[in-house]
Amino acid sequence: MLTILKIISFIGLGFTILPSIFVLTGTIGMQLNKNLMILGTVLWFGTVIFWMNRKKKNP
Amino acid sequence: MKKNRLVARLDAIEEYERTPVPENKLKGLRSFIGMYAGEHTAGTEFVIGPLFVAHGASAFAIVVGLFIGNLLAVLSWGFLTAPIATRRRITLYYQLEKICGYRLVTIYNLVNGLMFCFLAGSMIAVSATAVGIPFDIAMPTLTDWLPTSIGWIITVLLVGLVITIVAILGYEQVSKFANLAAPWMILIFLAAAFAVMPEMGINSIGDFWTAANEKIWTGIPLAGQSKFTIWHTIFFAWFANMAMHIGMADLSIFRYAKKWQYGFSSATGMYVGHYIAWMASGILYAYFLAKYGSAGEFAPGKIAYEAAGLAGAFCVVIAGWTTANPTIYRAGLAFQSINPKWKRWKVTLVTGLVTSIAAFFPALVMQLLGFVAIYGFILMPMGAVIFIDFYLMENLGLQSSYAEKTNIKFNWAAGITWFLTLIMGLVFYLYFDVEVYFLGLPGWFIASALYIIVSFMIQKKKQGIH
Repeated sequence: MLTILKIISFIGLGFTILPSIFVLTGTIGMQLNKNLMILGTVLWFGTVIFWMNRKKKNP
Repeated sequence: MKKNRLVARLDAIEEYERTPVPENKLKGLRSFIGMYAGEHTAGTEFVIGPLFVAHGASAFAIVVGLFIGNLLAVLSWGFLTAPIATRRRITLYYQLEKICGYRLVTIYNLVNGLMFCFLAGSMIAVSATAVGIPFDIAMPTLTDWLPTSIGWIITVLLVGLVITIVAILGYEQVSKFANLAAPWMILIFLAAAFAVMPEMGINSIGDFWTAANEKIWTGIPLAGQSKFTIWHTIFFAWFANMAMHIGMADLSIFRYAKKWQYGFSSATGMYVGHYIAWMASGILYAYFLAKYGSAGEFAPGKIAYEAAGLAGAFCVVIAGWTTANPTIYRAGLAFQSINPKWKRWKVTLVTGLVTSIAAFFPALVMQLLGFVAIYGFILMPMGAVIFIDFYLMENLGLQSSYAEKTNIKFNWAAGITWFLTLIMGLVFYLYFDVEVYFLGLPGWFIASALYIIVSFMIQKKKQGIH
């Protein structure tokens, strides 16, 4: 479960940065980039709270 | 009942204000990397980058000057602050009390706490420029010093309250919050800059330098703004956090570090925040200027919203928080050390409210470059006093931690050093036209020399008497 959450978090970071590079190369427009960035933001904060800064339980 | 439980819980938060941090509470490198990257990729970055554009810094001054200045800042943390912090493991304020005595530290803490309030206030204001967007609140312009509307005041107050509550919960919470937001925030800065580059005529790496010189950092200041050279960018980058490194405020942070070398973890904050983010926000402002002209609002929230939509505006809010939180926390520590019996959370609550009121005034944002330089210079002499006390006093046959050892409440050597250094800085500024950005370097040598000379005079005189 934790691995899936981490994957979603990193997909969120991908949605944050990659579309802007596609804007730079002329592949997509500004508005689509803005929409994908907010999607990436929601994915990041929606999942990162479940795994980052969590203390490991003692065995 | 619930209220009593909450108060008991808050009272129980142990921050080691009067004792060295114990071995089992030391933190690993990751905590500092996250904290510095988060703290220095912050709301102020959305102001400082654009102000460099407004002050007409050239592309060369930005790319080369900031690189050099940030390197000097990292070396200052690594070689000046962290070694003392990890050997003594006490807060700046307790360290100063041992050297300067309770009364002088009380004055220092008042000044320090107020400075932190103003700095945190500017970040609350920056966050408010984003929070106010959906409510269509009139934003301040580059020339505004006073609150522009009642809507602005209410927005600032709400943002300030939320930030204060997080700061009350202590260092752990601040560090966790910064860690969560840091990777995303850095990418937002980068993404926003990438996205507007085609509009600025940059479609490949090869276009960057030409556009940087002709459209972003043109070297021509906006109307009413002074001209910045490469010396300005070098010294500004070096001394932007002078109070923290040379001024030793981050003794309170690095006392938790396992090794002194963690001081170099400040590089994450400097090169991600004070290099990439300053450049990125400068690009965003150049885009905003090209679209709306130079007479309009100077609102980081709107600038980021134009380039990155809702994610950009959200980033400005979060960026303001991650810097305002530790700054209010530090201010709380500063005021609490005036009377250790005061509960830290209560002091932080009052501090947060004062800070929010200061944030009503847009002057804190518009004059941020000058304020940051003055703030560092005012607190720097006490950093020089700590440095000399730690490394040189005993080698010179003088008593270190003089106030503690002689049981005095006001060490005149430190007091005279502080006062005379500030007076000399004022003289340089008023009569020799030395700009505030350049006062720190001669000031440190003046403060160090003064502390040795006056300590020698006072301590030898006392030895003679006894």
